[in-house]
Amino acid sequence: MRIISDIPDPEIPVITISDLGILRGVEYKNDYYLITITPTYTACPAMKMIEDQIRERLKEHGITNTKVLLTYSPAWTTDWIHVEAKERMRLYGIAPPMHSSCASVKGSTQNPPCPQCRANDTELISRFGSTACKSYYKCRQCQETFEHFKCH
Amino acid sequence: MKSQEHLFTYCLRLADNALILGHRLSELCSKAPFIEEDLAQTNIALDMIGRSQALLNYAGQLEGKGQSADDLAYRRPEQEYYNHLLVEQPNGDFAYTLARQLYLSLFELHFYTELEKSKDSTLASIAAKTVKEIKYHLEHTSDWVIRLGDGTAESKRRMQKAIDDLWMYTGELFEMDDLEMALMSSGIAVDLIPIKSKWLNELKTVLQEATLQLPDDSYMQTGSRKGIHTEYMGHILSEMQYLQRAYPDATW
Repeated sequence: MRIISDIPDPEIPVITISDLGILRGVEYKNDYYLITITPTYTACPAMKMIEDQIRERLKEHGITNTKVLLTYSPAWTTDWIHVEAKERMRLYGIAPPMHSSCASVKGSTQNPPCPQCRANDTELISRFGSTACKSYYKCRQCQETFEHFKCH
Repeated sequence: MKSQEHLFTYCLRLADNALILGHRLSELCSKAPFIEEDLAQTNIALDMIGRSQALLNYAGQLEGKGQSADDLAYRRPEQEYYNHLLVEQPNGDFAYTLARQLYLSLFELHFYTELEKSKDSTLASIAAKTVKEIKYHLEHTSDWVIRLGDGTAESKRRMQKAIDDLWMYTGELFEMDDLEMALMSSGIAVDLIPIKSKWLNELKTVLQEATLQLPDDSYMQTGSRKGIHTEYMGHILSEMQYLQRAYPDATW
């Protein structure tokens, strides 16, 4: 578990798969290690890379009898991201998810504060950013654009 | 076992909607009105493809013939796909893409919320993941429909036309045949009857805010529960399946 828990997320390298709650568990079964992971979004392309990195990392430590299992239940949520990992995300320039699973249908979520200048006066450019997990905002104060890790 | 076969077909119905719609939306890549919308539509496409992969993986296990998600996605003949006719409709001008998505996302929100209660734990867990994604699709799409409906004379005309033209494909969304009735009574499939009125009420709310008219009821297209498709399906499959059929053993 220690060996793989600090594998960085391929997209946001300042946080690890354990920070994100993607790594769910490691069990030793009779003659192999079963590593359970859960996808953030159903089609997250980084999951394949994470799976490969888990195998690679364990192989480097001489462990080759591994199986990686992808589970959908319980459904991953941004609630699982550690608080101090959210701060690292903000310092990296991505506005972290604000509160629990807040995707309500009719726009009642408030805009995230700017990760650069901390102003609250921000506007939504698009609900869909460069990756499945992020949306795109602009800060009206400092005029910088930034991405937001969506509440999920 | 009959109920396993039924469950297999039910999974295909759900998976095929996501698969074919994912394909249609990916056609917009580099062709959307502007770059942020290109990202948005392809993001939605990606969510669809991920959903179909999860469902086809499960379907392959249920079938028990060793077929992978890819085998099921790319090797079936046209009459063994069970997606609703609505998802086959072309992207058209942007209004058609939006009208199609509005009808579907409103339906999917209620459908998958109910599916979370399914006695089949795999379907329930896929549903739990999917519902979160659908909410973003619906917010995005309804914002656009409102903006275009209550926009210029041209955007309103185009938006209304798309709403009107695609209306005849919406009835099919609520069809339940014997297979689904059987699965419903064993607590696995969703009861579509109560969903219809919720769907209609929410649709009316969006259209009203968009200053658009709800179409009059008319003949509803049907046939996909039996694998009968519109004339678009053959063309979609010839593109979608081309690579796998030309190079059957290809791997990345």
